[in-house]
Amino acid sequence: MHRQSSFTDAVLNPDRAAPGGLSDGFGGPVGKRFDVYRNNVVVSLTEALETGFPVLRKLVGDAFFKAMAGVFVRAHPPTSPRLQLYGQRLPGFLASFPPVAHLPYLPDIARLELGLRQSYHAADAAPLDVGGLDPDAMLALKPLVAPATLVVQSRYPIFAIWRANTDSAAPGPTGGAQDILITRPRFDPAPHLLPRGGVTLARLLKGRISLAEAMAATLAAEPEADISALLSLFIASGALTLERKDL
Amino acid sequence: MSTHVKSLALLGAAAAALTAHATAPAQAQAQEKCFGVSLAGENDCAAGPGTTCAGTSTVDYQGNAWTLVPAGTCADIELPDGRMGETEASLEADGFEGLARDLPEGTDTSILRPV
Amino acid sequence: MRDMSVPSSLPHAAGIGYKSRHYADLVADPGPVGWLEIHAENYMGDGGRPIAQLRALAERFPISVHGVGLSIGGDRPLDRDHLGRLRRLCDWLDPASFSEHLAWSTHDTGYLNDLLPLPYTDATLARVAAHIGQVQDVLGRRMLLENPSTYLAFDETTMEEVDFLSELARRTGCGLLLDINNVFVSATNQGTDARAYIDAFPLSQVGEVHLGGHDEDVDDTGRPLLIDSHGCAVVDPVWALYRYTIAQSGPRPTLIEWDTDVPAFATLRAEAARADAILSPVTA
Repeated sequence: MHRQSSFTDAVLNPDRAAPGGLSDGFGGPVGKRFDVYRNNVVVSLTEALETGFPVLRKLVGDAFFKAMAGVFVRAHPPTSPRLQLYGQRLPGFLASFPPVAHLPYLPDIARLELGLRQSYHAADAAPLDVGGLDPDAMLALKPLVAPATLVVQSRYPIFAIWRANTDSAAPGPTGGAQDILITRPRFDPAPHLLPRGGVTLARLLKGRISLAEAMAATLAAEPEADISALLSLFIASGALTLERKDL
Repeated sequence: MSTHVKSLALLGAAAAALTAHATAPAQAQAQEKCFGVSLAGENDCAAGPGTTCAGTSTVDYQGNAWTLVPAGTCADIELPDGRMGETEASLEADGFEGLARDLPEGTDTSILRPV
Repeated sequence: MRDMSVPSSLPHAAGIGYKSRHYADLVADPGPVGWLEIHAENYMGDGGRPIAQLRALAERFPISVHGVGLSIGGDRPLDRDHLGRLRRLCDWLDPASFSEHLAWSTHDTGYLNDLLPLPYTDATLARVAAHIGQVQDVLGRRMLLENPSTYLAFDETTMEEVDFLSELARRTGCGLLLDINNVFVSATNQGTDARAYIDAFPLSQVGEVHLGGHDEDVDDTGRPLLIDSHGCAVVDPVWALYRYTIAQSGPRPTLIEWDTDVPAFATLRAEAARADAILSPVTA
């Protein structure tokens, strides 16, 4: 049976005629009635991208975003019925979409916005509470990276770009690579600027080793890392947990 | 490396983190904001706005038909020289937790190259 | 295993489609809102606010889980992963009802995020019946199937929609979700009689009723073309058709659907009150 294949093709390709075997119900050609489905699909998927990538949309402007989304949704319709996940291929699309070739940071902004969404829906875990511990006891802890914690690396100042587009009081971005730590202490994910060595520390902590070992190994790999600032960030932002990752 | 490395640097860092934790217990709460994520990509069973042109028009950006240029806040962003033109360089930061899967498959990018 | 004989265990009262922005209002004063419907696909994450809100709401309201992405009418096998996610949701939530649409949305290319139409033939009937059977087996519960809004006609259709739905219910034991707005939209778009549709509908199988708003457009020949937009208030002719239906069926759990241009909670509450007023006289 090929009806749904040809229907799908025609929905996604407006240059193609509506599939055969359809009518308006009054003996006439199906005409605009088929366009209802074309429109539903493209408009609803475009809206899903608009709500999922608000900073990206602000960066390129509404009209451009809508037109670009029209190209993207036809080239990459969702692979899952969960629209929460839609747009995973947008970073790759942006990296090779000629009209934005002069804005090379856009793919990483899209990754950041995907990461915020992924964090939003990740499993719950109580943030590591170090209250009452002494430094020795704290360093002996073997915490887990919380399921909602993510790292986004970039060679562009994506944290500053994101901030400037979400907080009107934030300064404009200047040059320089920025990595971001996304954490979600309770329900709302937040990006944090991740200082040097942070990516290494996060990777090491995924191996479930003690804080002392992870910090020492980070320093060994990146002697210039500010290990104190990193540890404070990881603890204060709720990046770590003692709970198991599976629900 | 010893499994119980406790240099002064580490103890100092731990002490600093504990102090920060003790003096700002509500910081995490205070930072909580909704960035609109809660509304992102919700499924529903509504139909779109009828037969308007969104579903029936596409612009071929590979020809000369695509005249739109990004016209948002990107105009305010000027990065130093040397930051441009690096899209071809590998950006395959693995994103730590699987964001690498966002990268496109070769077959899909091939049709998106400028002609 | 729950009692498979009742179409749903929702109260015979008005409910609303839940939107997260209404959480605080809903908890503070639900008014006549007696139950909530959620879209299953929005609660398939691992955690976070959506799941936490749903857990809290489920302690106060009966919940109806309404799937929008299973593609029961698809000509490919059902997505087992998606079915598994539905089962996990229904297992922990134990909703008062689970429903899906007589439509398809997923094909080889991907998920199109729309309720796409089916020709009503013996072949379609057999396929949809098999899919419904599979869903009910996996979920361990009876499901409700919703009548769609239609915008066009298939040459190959050999069956009336009402007969198609009746036969599905007979073969699979599923209940039906009667969307009054969809009946009105389809009847208008096809130039048929909405009341005749209701008269022919197997109302005893109806476990839930939907009410929603639609947009008005015209086709190439200038005939009215209504769009099931869920973006405005229920119009008077749909209220009249609802009253006509309830007079025949008796009270049924009735949902106000509003998915686009979502209004303030007070507006939804007023719509729910209007439905409640129609339900109440026959309840008393």
